[in-house]
Amino acid sequence: MSCRSGNFRKQALSDEILMRVEKPARYIGNELNSVRKDLEKIDIRFAMCFPDVYEIGMSHLGIQILYELFNRRPDTWCERVYSPWPDLHRIMKEEKIPLFALESQDALKQFDFLGITLQYEMCYTNILQILDLAQIPFYAKERGEEHPLVIGGGPCAYNPEPIAAFFDLFYIGEGEEQYDALLNLYKKMKKEQKGRAAFLHEAAKLEGIYVPSLYAASYHEDGTLAAFTPLADDIPKKIKKQVDRNLTDSVYPEKPVVPFLKATQDRIVLEIQRGCIRGCRFCQAGMIYRPNREKDVSRLKELAQKMIASTGYEEISLSSLSSSDYSQLEELVEFLIGECREKGINISLPSLRIDAFSLDVMSKVQDVRKSSLTFAPEAGSQRLRNVINKGLTEEDILHGAKEAFSGGWNKVKLYFMLGLPTETEADIRAIPELANEIAMLYYDTVPKEERNGKCQITISTSFFVPKPFTPFQWASMGAPEDYIAKAGIVNGHLREQLNHKSIRYNWHEAEVTVLEGVLARGDRRLSDVIKKAYENGAFFDAWSEFFDFGKWLDAFEACGLSIDFYNRRVRFEEELFPWDFLDAGVTKEFLLREWKNALAETVTPNCRQQCSGCGARTFGGGVCFEDKN
Amino acid sequence: MKIRIKFRKRGVMKFVGHLDMMRYFQKAMRRAGIDICYSAGFSPHQIMSFAAPLGVGLTSDGEYFDIEAHSSPSSSEAIRALNETMADGVEVTGYVRLSDDAKSAMSQVAAADYELRLPEGFLPSYSAEEWEEKIKKHFRDAESFTVVKKTKKGERALDLKPLVYEFCAGECGGICFFLKVSTGSTENVKPELVLDALFERLGICATPAVSVHRREIYARTEDGRFLPLLDMGEEIA
Repeated sequence: MSCRSGNFRKQALSDEILMRVEKPARYIGNELNSVRKDLEKIDIRFAMCFPDVYEIGMSHLGIQILYELFNRRPDTWCERVYSPWPDLHRIMKEEKIPLFALESQDALKQFDFLGITLQYEMCYTNILQILDLAQIPFYAKERGEEHPLVIGGGPCAYNPEPIAAFFDLFYIGEGEEQYDALLNLYKKMKKEQKGRAAFLHEAAKLEGIYVPSLYAASYHEDGTLAAFTPLADDIPKKIKKQVDRNLTDSVYPEKPVVPFLKATQDRIVLEIQRGCIRGCRFCQAGMIYRPNREKDVSRLKELAQKMIASTGYEEISLSSLSSSDYSQLEELVEFLIGECREKGINISLPSLRIDAFSLDVMSKVQDVRKSSLTFAPEAGSQRLRNVINKGLTEEDILHGAKEAFSGGWNKVKLYFMLGLPTETEADIRAIPELANEIAMLYYDTVPKEERNGKCQITISTSFFVPKPFTPFQWASMGAPEDYIAKAGIVNGHLREQLNHKSIRYNWHEAEVTVLEGVLARGDRRLSDVIKKAYENGAFFDAWSEFFDFGKWLDAFEACGLSIDFYNRRVRFEEELFPWDFLDAGVTKEFLLREWKNALAETVTPNCRQQCSGCGARTFGGGVCFEDKN
Repeated sequence: MKIRIKFRKRGVMKFVGHLDMMRYFQKAMRRAGIDICYSAGFSPHQIMSFAAPLGVGLTSDGEYFDIEAHSSPSSSEAIRALNETMADGVEVTGYVRLSDDAKSAMSQVAAADYELRLPEGFLPSYSAEEWEEKIKKHFRDAESFTVVKKTKKGERALDLKPLVYEFCAGECGGICFFLKVSTGSTENVKPELVLDALFERLGICATPAVSVHRREIYARTEDGRFLPLLDMGEEIA
């Protein structure tokens, strides 16, 4: 009768607790390909955190890359941690159970590093939840030698200031480049028992490492930033983004961790390139991941085979900002179709431009009658599309849709943004008008007897949030009621369209947009607001069922800071921004030039058509040097 | 060809639910290179069916599922290939070929064996012999063993006597109860329900900390014997 006990690994949570919470498999670790190491043989314990629920966090490619990168080092054990869902959060608070890493189930507070990936602003209160449950002080300045070093990275690190007080250091750019140097330095100084402050000072000298406590901000009377200066002579004034110049030979998770639970992205992810040649003016990813760099197709084929063998996944998805711009796409897709067909593996091809090639490929890999086509015109009128530099023309959209309808598709999804700079009511009204035209095209293109029912067009609008390191970083935002009014115009005008019965409309909430705007372009003073909001009970703000704007309004009031200052004020050309001390490659001169081009409705060609001198060429790789060797 | 696979699920794997275990084994089939059959269409799925779902929190030595395959290596080869790619706590222990006209595992399930272990410090602290006496008095020697079963439509009285085939207590580094109960789509008896009913007769407040372990699943032969599901197939040499 003893067969069931056996010698099983340690669990941080008792069976009784695990039986009380929703989806206990979130907290047990033990997934296939998760890494376990002998504590006796390692020097550095690194906990990598995605501050959202397990199923979201496990879908993130960046952490899988870093997990592989760190665990390749014999001296380092990297483990994972995600935000406990509110049900477990309550139990852990009540019973004072410290937050733990999944692999060892050991408390985070005994680790050397706690790395937190910063993927969206609305997870900032979840960072505090992690620190709170881990029993680590919120503010870096309150931590001692016994606490882990808390390090942040990811897209939101391109304006780390609103959360600067919670972090000991930030890593700016791609982890592949500088983490080995950082860990080597740490290991050396730990052996020499140099202490936390000395390590942070040395780390601040490494390229790409930002130690917020070693820099001071001062402000003008109007609240804008006056100066941002290093507190020591031997650390850089500007922190340079780290770029991996050779993605083809770079580390990649050949054996990604396979979750038991169905993750949001529950498939093999094959990153085919990084960066984007397009230069859409609203898009932060398109700017901060410059220069565009492709991975060689032969390496991608090898990776696909290895990952299929090591995971057994039933689906593989290509990942990039714009798959159609990948120069070896056709060869890759043909290979994958051949490889996957008999193994029963589905292929998913997101971010494809709709044209004859992509329609042909899609008809081979998915059921035309069930799947839908996605267009992201982002703006309804050609004028506004020129402002945002979205190359897609109305003709492209209608031509693509016509071909798709002829090919048997009848579901179309359209994505737009409301609140873009210079937007007028005519631009907003153009959104349902475009949808109507597409519907009309369906009824004109497909004869009645061949129709698979009505066509189904879905319009989705989100509200535009200006982001650092984009040409729109100077743009002003609106108030929540302005945004709702804009959605109202779309909805009202939609009803006046002939084909409105074939069109559905979804829009986002406005309050969360306003908050995202503040956190995206905010300064150091916001750390107190975020802490106050967390203390007021705000967390899981990215989840509409938990988001409570009132808790945030109270926090702003308590800290004496104004949302309008951050969102609605006009930013002048010469203003010093809180993120200007970072060198993201794209220069402020280029961004300003692009801001003026936007206001003049002038389109800028993409990187392959003509170099616009954005500054990313200094990284010495990628599209900037194509055909120039 | 039809193949039946038996596996164990232990340790923390008890917190992985039934649907996630199905998805887990679909991936495992690919990793182990099992030549499993797929349905036709754009989203092909593997021909695979599980015998009897195991609830979250339960461990087991006798879980089963059937697959259709185009070809197969020997049983021992297949077991080795699968076990090379298992998460800790899952272990494949059987792999047999079924006749082509065999019914699915799910439709054959008739009974299952369970062990229920009392937590340490459980009160009252009866010995195994004392528990045996109580089972004899309230269950074995009783005319009926009726419980109130909550259903969607309300409550109904159900006599468990004919559905509980064995019920005894023993010592296993603590107090354990052994139960063989009717299982499957017609009359599915949860072993905890039987124990709760005994506790109720003894005036004991039932505790959720009783750990439940499934040992085996059986089909019933024409002559009324219980046959482990694995014994209905042939080892592949």
